[in-house]
Amino acid sequence: MAELSNQLMAVTVLSYLAAMVLYAAEYAFGNKSHIGRAAQRPARQLVGAGAPVPLDDPLPAAEEPAPKRDRGVLLGRIAVGFNWLAFALHLGTVVTRGIAADRMPWGNMYEFTLTVTLVGSAVWLGVLTRKPELRHLGLFAALALVMLLGADGLIAYAPVGPLVPALNSYWFIIHVSTIILASGIFLIGAVPAAMFLVRAGYDEGKRRFPYSLGAKVPEAALLERLTFRLHAFAFPLFTFGALIAGPIWAEASWGRYWGWDPKEVWAFISWIVYASYLHARATPSVKRTVATWIAILGFATMLMNLFGVNLFFSGLHSYANAGG
Amino acid sequence: MPAAPPPPRKPHFAWSLLRNSWRQLTSMRTALVLLFLLAVAAIPGSVLPQRAVSPEKVTAYYTQHPDLAPKLEQIGGFAVYASPWFAAIYLLLFTSLVGCVVPRLRDHFRALRTVPPDAPKRLERLPQHAAVEERADDPADAAQAAASELRKRRFRTKVRERGDGTWTVSAEKGFLKETGNLFFHFALLTVLIGVGFGHWYGWHGNRILVEGNDQGFCNSVTQYDESSLGPRVDAADLPFFCLRLTDFQAAYQTTGQPKSFDADVEVQTKQDGPWKARHFTVNNPLRLSQANVHLLGHGYAVELRYTDRFGAQQTKVVPFLPTDGLFTSSGVGSFPDVNIDPKTNKRDVNLQVGFEGVFVPTVDPAGGATSVFPAENNPALFLTAYRGDLGVEVGNPGSVYSLDQGQIANGELKKVSGDRPQRLTPGQSWTLDDGTKVEFLATRPFATLAVRYDPTATLVLAGAVVGLLGLMLSLGGHRRRLWFRISPRDGSGSLMEAGGLPRTDYPGFAEEFGQIVGAARGPDGGTP
Ligand code: HEM
Repeated sequence: MAELSNQLMAVTVLSYLAAMVLYAAEYAFGNKSHIGRAAQRPARQLVGAGAPVPLDDPLPAAEEPAPKRDRGVLLGRIAVGFNWLAFALHLGTVVTRGIAADRMPWGNMYEFTLTVTLVGSAVWLGVLTRKPELRHLGLFAALALVMLLGADGLIAYAPVGPLVPALNSYWFIIHVSTIILASGIFLIGAVPAAMFLVRAGYDEGKRRFPYSLGAKVPEAALLERLTFRLHAFAFPLFTFGALIAGPIWAEASWGRYWGWDPKEVWAFISWIVYASYLHARATPSVKRTVATWIAILGFATMLMNLFGVNLFFSGLHSYANAGG
Repeated sequence: MPAAPPPPRKPHFAWSLLRNSWRQLTSMRTALVLLFLLAVAAIPGSVLPQRAVSPEKVTAYYTQHPDLAPKLEQIGGFAVYASPWFAAIYLLLFTSLVGCVVPRLRDHFRALRTVPPDAPKRLERLPQHAAVEERADDPADAAQAAASELRKRRFRTKVRERGDGTWTVSAEKGFLKETGNLFFHFALLTVLIGVGFGHWYGWHGNRILVEGNDQGFCNSVTQYDESSLGPRVDAADLPFFCLRLTDFQAAYQTTGQPKSFDADVEVQTKQDGPWKARHFTVNNPLRLSQANVHLLGHGYAVELRYTDRFGAQQTKVVPFLPTDGLFTSSGVGSFPDVNIDPKTNKRDVNLQVGFEGVFVPTVDPAGGATSVFPAENNPALFLTAYRGDLGVEVGNPGSVYSLDQGQIANGELKKVSGDRPQRLTPGQSWTLDDGTKVEFLATRPFATLAVRYDPTATLVLAGAVVGLLGLMLSLGGHRRRLWFRISPRDGSGSLMEAGGLPRTDYPGFAEEFGQIVGAARGPDGGTP
């Protein structure tokens, strides 16, 4: 079963890669696709800060008269198909891993990342289903998943092992599962955040490399709203997982609810940075681009906690050790 | 020349400076900067070893970086979260927080008591607008219909009649957003205060407890291996209780990974009171009335009996500290009070005896003093004997887990066994070169316990939970206003117009507005 999980993992990465290439192809060839049109929509909702930007507005539907046969749309649909395939394989990887270990598949850093990316993938597909016009973000969502999964397989892989007794607690399950959910959503939240910055730069007339990507991504206000909604959803989850369930478990298990262990320090830092993002977004005098940079920084601190802390520091949380 | 103007308002300068600084400090931008500083200031604590977390790593850091370490020590590098600069940041942040939320609380109370304002002149300018529709009923009834619809949806509603026969209905909803936000920020204050008090009035101690009635301990500072009391706690304040370990069970997977640990203890909570049996495990601490006892780890203690040259016997039970996950453990047995001539009753300091040992619960069949399994399948003890001055009198605190290496280096303490350590299994004995004898009687398990009292843990938890609920209300809520204007129609009936204003980002507002207007118009859609 463990062997099967490893093989599935390899196929999963390949499928995300395929989806990514197809999304990229759509991006390159789908000039007149619906995405191009969505991107060119006038920013009419942008009346004054804080004005409502109805994300639920029906955008031009994907099926609008496609001039002749649009290669881009076709490629995009295939890309989404591969994306779903990759998700199914990804799910299989996680489930077989759990069966092999005979427990929840999040006992070490490899499994944790595997599950976080699965959540990220699910959230992305959920967003895509509700808002097909965001399809062009697929390239960047798939890119993020491929990079994280690749890094996970290459540097964090650990063979199946049992949990140490301190992890045998239902608070542990609650603690880790909420953090996984939150991390997966933050992960997908970082994608529109980055693309919003690109698009905002593009709209200001910047045409150098990262900004040139802005030509075909959805409208800035749309990306910004999506960024906020994902973060506003993930932040309370993260608060619960890292700052309530974690300390409750730590109190029962180690005797103190908070001990400034390196993992705790970085969870605290991530929390503060994401709180700063929400705070900055609510502060009228802070520009949305600045606020969004803070969200990106927040994700960087999450990555630091996931990979950096496990690799460079040691602490009580060493169950999360790389390589077991 | 006209009379000189009154001197510039000097006395007000300090006042206005103060007021401006306060305004600056309590602005959301400053809060943002301080939040950022707090995040940055937390980083060194994860890079440098922290004394409160792992004192032994701080010691190791001192040996590795002898020049840098004292400098880091000076600026609080090894106690980041207790350092003045870290405290300065969070105290400023919380001052800013108080300065910010107290006025907001006042404003919010005021807002809760004010009625929704009257409809603006031009409803069509609002982000949501429903065009004029004709109705059969007269304005008063139409206004009541709209108002009851709004009240049903828990809007705060106010109906007004204008002089010209026009009626307006104003409605507002979403105060919970601000309420939640205030709860969240006040909860942060509660958590900070709770953590502070917990630090002042809490205490904790760590202790290795070996199985056996002869090995129990009572709750006092001197009986802990390591302890720390909060600034407001006195050693005499510690509540009375005594503990002894009656049984310890560890179960392992075949791979050697631990599966479960269980400790059975007897507790005495009153002087000379009865001993009560209790049981606890890794994730289920033993909760006493003013302390919790947590099981952190375990290991083996070795029971050694030494028979000296005068035939006197002494038995010691010494915990051996595990050095790897498979419980290869090391420790020492020191016998400073042996070889005392019963005739003179004088102790010869050069005849003290010490043993350095490595204990392995399951000896590697290939040889070597490392364990291959954490349970005692094939236990063995590897001893090296020393005789001479153990150095215990010099007032050198030394460690109970190793011999004084200085005494060995300066030749005061000499190795008296061969090149290779002597291997013993339980029950075996070993006769040294001077005819004295050491016996490896048995092993006993020990448990590593953390005893802790934190008076405000519940308060902090309550604060965190309230904060989370407030946060969810705040992030999920939407403040919005709605207005209906109903004017009389020539002849009979009325004309109804509506407008809506979301006061915060609210993507679902258009839909809600449509539903409310639709409901207010009634099933027949208005136009008769
Ligand atoms: C102690 C650290 C603080 C943290 C962790 C924090 C966190 C947050 C978070 C996460 C939000 C977003 C919730 C929402 O949008 O409803 C928020 C909103 C807000 N914070 Fe703070 N905050 C802190 C201190 C402060 C201070 C010092 C001030 C005042 C200077 C302040 C004023 C506000 C205001 C006015 C909002 C609401 C903005 C709005 O929704 O319109 N906060 N805060």
